[in-house]
Amino acid sequence: MLDDFIVRAIIAGIGIALVTGPLGCFVVWRRLSFFGDTLAHSALLGVLISITLDINVSLTIFVVASLVAILLLRLERTTNLAGDSLLGLISHSSLAIGLVILGFLSFIRFDVMGVLFGDILSVNSNDLLVIWIGGALILAVLSYIWKPLFASTVNYELAEAEGMKPERVNAIFTILLAALIAISIKMIGVLLITGLLIIPTAMARNLSDNPRQMVILSIIGGLLSVLIGLYASFEINTSSGPSIVVVALILFILSLMRIRKKNYE
Amino acid sequence: MNDSETLIRLTNAGIFKNKKWLVRDVDLEIKRGQIVTLIGPNGSGKTTTAKIALGLYKSITGRVERNTTKISYVPQKVSIDWTLPLRVADFMVLTQNLKVDDIDSALNLTGVQHLKDNNLRDLSGGEFQRVLLARAIAKKPELLVLDEPVQGVDFTGEVALYSLIKTISENLNCGILLISHDLHVVMSATDYVVCLNGHVCCCGTPRDVAESNPYKQLFGEKSAKLLSIYEHNHDHIHSSDGNIIKEVE
Repeated sequence: MLDDFIVRAIIAGIGIALVTGPLGCFVVWRRLSFFGDTLAHSALLGVLISITLDINVSLTIFVVASLVAILLLRLERTTNLAGDSLLGLISHSSLAIGLVILGFLSFIRFDVMGVLFGDILSVNSNDLLVIWIGGALILAVLSYIWKPLFASTVNYELAEAEGMKPERVNAIFTILLAALIAISIKMIGVLLITGLLIIPTAMARNLSDNPRQMVILSIIGGLLSVLIGLYASFEINTSSGPSIVVVALILFILSLMRIRKKNYE
Repeated sequence: MNDSETLIRLTNAGIFKNKKWLVRDVDLEIKRGQIVTLIGPNGSGKTTTAKIALGLYKSITGRVERNTTKISYVPQKVSIDWTLPLRVADFMVLTQNLKVDDIDSALNLTGVQHLKDNNLRDLSGGEFQRVLLARAIAKKPELLVLDEPVQGVDFTGEVALYSLIKTISENLNCGILLISHDLHVVMSATDYVVCLNGHVCCCGTPRDVAESNPYKQLFGEKSAKLLSIYEHNHDHIHSSDGNIIKEVE
């Protein structure tokens, strides 16, 4: 059976996987997984603000996540705390604030599980438009800043000395990450989006020996995770987010066998 | 010398951080085709001065004029994260697009063409330095900043690389700012020496610096002697501003 919502879910999932692949590579290379997690957690707050004020969800999440990113960079400069402590502080605070606000909004029927773990049934044709147009924009900007971003990932000072403006492209990258979270929360959920960013990329790392290959494998891994995960989600009636991430994990485990072979050859 | 020949000029440049001067009052000028070497003990501000020249600090004192944007940089330390699979060939095009021929010939010059498809993390320290140098020259820069470019390279390789650096500056007619510990080897490839110790201690042609009293106090008589022994093999004569006035065949 091929219901409308299934088709929508698949189209949405493909759109998201195409973006998480390349962005995920940079998240892994730059060791930003906890940073991505923090931005994602702030999305719950974004969803609640958008419901309360009745404004566009994706836009609100994008703005809140960007503000959180700016706040993080500020705090990193002005406090003596290490990056990971600050991330933990912001990440869990924003999640907690979101849940407290939710308690006050008892008059609203609100599916918390859907926001935390993704709700494929809620993806409408409007969301598809947001995912594909937003995703295309993210990829367009990413390919535009690819070279300087990659150079500053390998060595910041070398990139800066040779005129690649790393500070600017790093800021743009953060915004792209916030945008990705904004378009993918409905599908994957606040708690699991980082999983889709990291796990297919980790699998790709096991199988690749150059950056281009890693990006391509990471996209393929993401696509497989989304498609198989969604199929499982419909067949055995599980939440879409967890199903997708479990498939990604299985692919990662399979890729480990390949590594072992390589080492013993 | 007209001003357009000057690639970079530092005037009274310095950096004051955490209530102390990392380096101060540095005057430095690099012209096309000229090799300027920074020497000095550990912590004397050599790398800091190079970074000031490259514009890597936000707040500095004094002035830096840069008349070129075609700059290549070989940092003192580059570590590649294990999460990033990167071959030599990928690294060569990090900040520039290059033709395959240009990549090959640059790798060939530094003697590491056979490593082109190797992963950067699998290289030895000396091989890695050669790749760093190859990447920097492949771009055909106008200004080349080399922070201890031959660390980890064996002695014969070291001499060969310094003479390569000399050739590069002549072929590309580019200016080179070189930081080095290997005083006795580097002198042969240098037009002008700036001896740092938190400030400019002394400067001039290699011979002038080696014979100056501040230099002897900083490094001891012995290294000055070592240098003068080397000077016997010098293949050209300098004018006082560091330019070569006569080549000896």
